[in-house]
Amino acid sequence: MPDPLFVFFAALTLGAAILLVASRNAVTSAMGMILALVGIAAEFFLLDAYFLGVLQILVYAGAVMVLFLFIIMLLDTDKPADRYPWAKAAGGLALFLLLAAGVLALFLHSGALDRAAGATPPELAASPGDYATSAKAFGRLLYTKYMLPLQLAGLLLLLALVGVVNLSKDSKTAA
Amino acid sequence: MEHTTLAHHLILAGLVFVAGLTGVIIRRNLLVTYMCLELMLAAATLALVAFSRFNRTMDGAVLVFFVITVAAAEVAVGLALIVALYRRTGSVSSDTLNTLRD
Repeated sequence: MPDPLFVFFAALTLGAAILLVASRNAVTSAMGMILALVGIAAEFFLLDAYFLGVLQILVYAGAVMVLFLFIIMLLDTDKPADRYPWAKAAGGLALFLLLAAGVLALFLHSGALDRAAGATPPELAASPGDYATSAKAFGRLLYTKYMLPLQLAGLLLLLALVGVVNLSKDSKTAA
Repeated sequence: MEHTTLAHHLILAGLVFVAGLTGVIIRRNLLVTYMCLELMLAAATLALVAFSRFNRTMDGAVLVFFVITVAAAEVAVGLALIVALYRRTGSVSSDTLNTLRD
């Protein structure tokens, strides 16, 4: 039997994800998205990934979702044409149940649940390179093994910044 | 966490991913479709962190760090594209965006 906290946050994440998919109101969808991301951040905390959990809440549930809500409220998206008909909703439910049954069958059939029944996550060790909870462990890897990807990520952010400024210029003045 | 195994985390990640995939397929509002895409990314990061934790290595967690960075940049560009599209067509429904079809 898994940890009750895991079960609680798993149910929260899954329920919020389904709210995101099923809601006919875009703002409600965004609220479901925020809840789902907070639930996933809580799972990160339960996996001892404290830094990633904080990052997830700050970047995703904070900055990204504020951007989403801003655009949703800026654009008038709640038109009847944007809504999906009930037949499509039923088809979506059937598709979801089919795929979810597939996921569950995969794990039940492979015996991964039974095999790992008593397995607990390995104890954390203090040796460098091992899984660690502190942000220092991230820094050590980021500035040694992952130096080039880190630089590329910075370049990517700069490119995104320039691209967004270019895209959001008024096309009439640009032409 | 006493008996939460790797398989439990993977099942949760799989179910959240499936929910996002369903949303991408059935929803017509581009903004909601985009949020569902982000949900699929988040589910994948959950699986990465779980693998990383249970294999006692830091690399998966660092990969999640990069995924979050790329996703943030991607959201900024994607939303700018959607706004530009809305300016041009007055709609964010993927049903109306079929000018390349015919």
